[in-house]
Amino acid sequence: MQSPLPHSSNVPTAAQAANDTYKLPPKLFDARCNACWLVLGVVLLVIASFATLSLQWAQFWSWDALQRMARFVAELLHPRFDLAFVTKVAMASLETLAMSALGTLLAVVLGLALALPASKTHAQDPARWRGPARLLLNALRSTPELVWAALLLIAAGLGPFAGTLALGLHTSGVLGRLFAESIENATPGPAFALRVRGVSAARVFAYATLPQVLPQLLSYSLYRWENNIRAAAVLGVVGAGGLGQMLAFHMGLFQMAETSTVLLAMLVLVALVDALSYAVRKVLSR
Amino acid sequence: MHTAASLPTQRDPAWAGRVFWALAGLALLWPMLVLTEFKPWVLLEPGALKPALNFVGAFFPPRTDAEFLWLLARETWRTVAMATAGLTLALLLAVPLALLSVRVLSLSALTGAMAPVPAGLRQLVRWTLMLLRSVPELVWALVFVRVVGLGPTSGVLAIALTYGGMLGKVYADILESGDTHASASLMRNGAGRLQAFFYALLPQTAAELTSYTVYRWECAIRSSAVLGFVGAGGLGQLMDSSMKMFNGAEVASILLVFMALVWLADRMSAALRKVLA
Repeated sequence: MQSPLPHSSNVPTAAQAANDTYKLPPKLFDARCNACWLVLGVVLLVIASFATLSLQWAQFWSWDALQRMARFVAELLHPRFDLAFVTKVAMASLETLAMSALGTLLAVVLGLALALPASKTHAQDPARWRGPARLLLNALRSTPELVWAALLLIAAGLGPFAGTLALGLHTSGVLGRLFAESIENATPGPAFALRVRGVSAARVFAYATLPQVLPQLLSYSLYRWENNIRAAAVLGVVGAGGLGQMLAFHMGLFQMAETSTVLLAMLVLVALVDALSYAVRKVLSR
Repeated sequence: MHTAASLPTQRDPAWAGRVFWALAGLALLWPMLVLTEFKPWVLLEPGALKPALNFVGAFFPPRTDAEFLWLLARETWRTVAMATAGLTLALLLAVPLALLSVRVLSLSALTGAMAPVPAGLRQLVRWTLMLLRSVPELVWALVFVRVVGLGPTSGVLAIALTYGGMLGKVYADILESGDTHASASLMRNGAGRLQAFFYALLPQTAAELTSYTVYRWECAIRSSAVLGFVGAGGLGQLMDSSMKMFNGAEVASILLVFMALVWLADRMSAALRKVLA
């Protein structure tokens, strides 16, 4: 008895291959085909999404909305470039950069502090705090920067300080997990050699584990910094400083010339970061 | 007894560099602390501490009455639906643009250099994709909320545009990184570009393309939850309004649902990608 599936592992002999069933294309839907069920599920999900969202396409494509859109774009095409305003935008860009850098620095410190209890470095390590520390890291990580910023505004008030803390908290969750993983994956030999001589855990980490994982920690941190510059640019829309706050402010007052300049600054900042990271990667991988 | 002082050879040979970099780091840190108004003691001032503690204190117990849970379930579905609809539209945008920009599918490039017109067109499409993805989705959402008003339409459009740009670029990169021998042979023997795509490029890269799309769907769920903060509907909008009313119990429930959603999307996407790999 052969399997009716064309992908069966039994290779059909020449006589069997001449059978018509092997010449037919496979059935379009087969109850045993996982991919078919997956595609069906995705199609149903997409249909359900569009059906339940009550999207206002009619309103979006109406003459009125198109006119509004055209006017909006036309207003955006006249950015304001006088010296006073450009200086203000440049300061806001610097503020964005500083927020991202300081936030990442905080995240590196907090992430490393949490990664140490969250990692089990050797078989005898009891690692009692591994579960709670990982839970905390997951909680920090799964709350986005913007939500952290909105929550912190209550305690820290409007301004870049809340944004910096928000970036720091979210990123420490991300970095802490990555750090813990690279600490656990470090070659155990050097640490073992020190431990059998009775060296304390702190010194084992400082002289055996850290030198091994430092390049990796550094590259993770730089990568997250790059991400954070982009995140810091928009974080301000909830009031947490930087370019985003200026954008939300001027757009709220319908000052389109100013909005346009801020948008341009945002694009330039993101493009610069992209170009720089591309160049650095190219130099490093050579 | 040996002390460090009696053994000059044990002195750190790189001390000058270390001291210099430590000082340089401090000198860089100072203006950053000023720019970001980094004043941690603000958090401990009674004027700021008390409302914050009251707010956090109200987190427990989270609000779990039936009416609110129903609202929460509806907004959670709306968040997922916004991400899915946005990603579907993004695919409609990304697939044609990616196909237009792929150099491997150029007929004129089969014999030496690509002709100037198609080369120009491909560069133009690449720049369009770059422009689409370099505007963050939150900014697109802010713009569309201005034009179409509050509601999920602006969120869907924002996700569609940013993710269209990202997907288009990465699709093109994946298609170009594959083995080009099969597609080139097909096109040399008179196959069309679409035929070469369907029979040579797609079979090689289908798994990778699907897995990247699933990963982006996970990211889209995360960002659609946040888009509500600018008025694009979903969990974010619910959280924004609860937070403006300082309703800690509601915020706590929303945060829990939010974390569960992100965790679930993460698990699902990891499982799907494992199946596909």
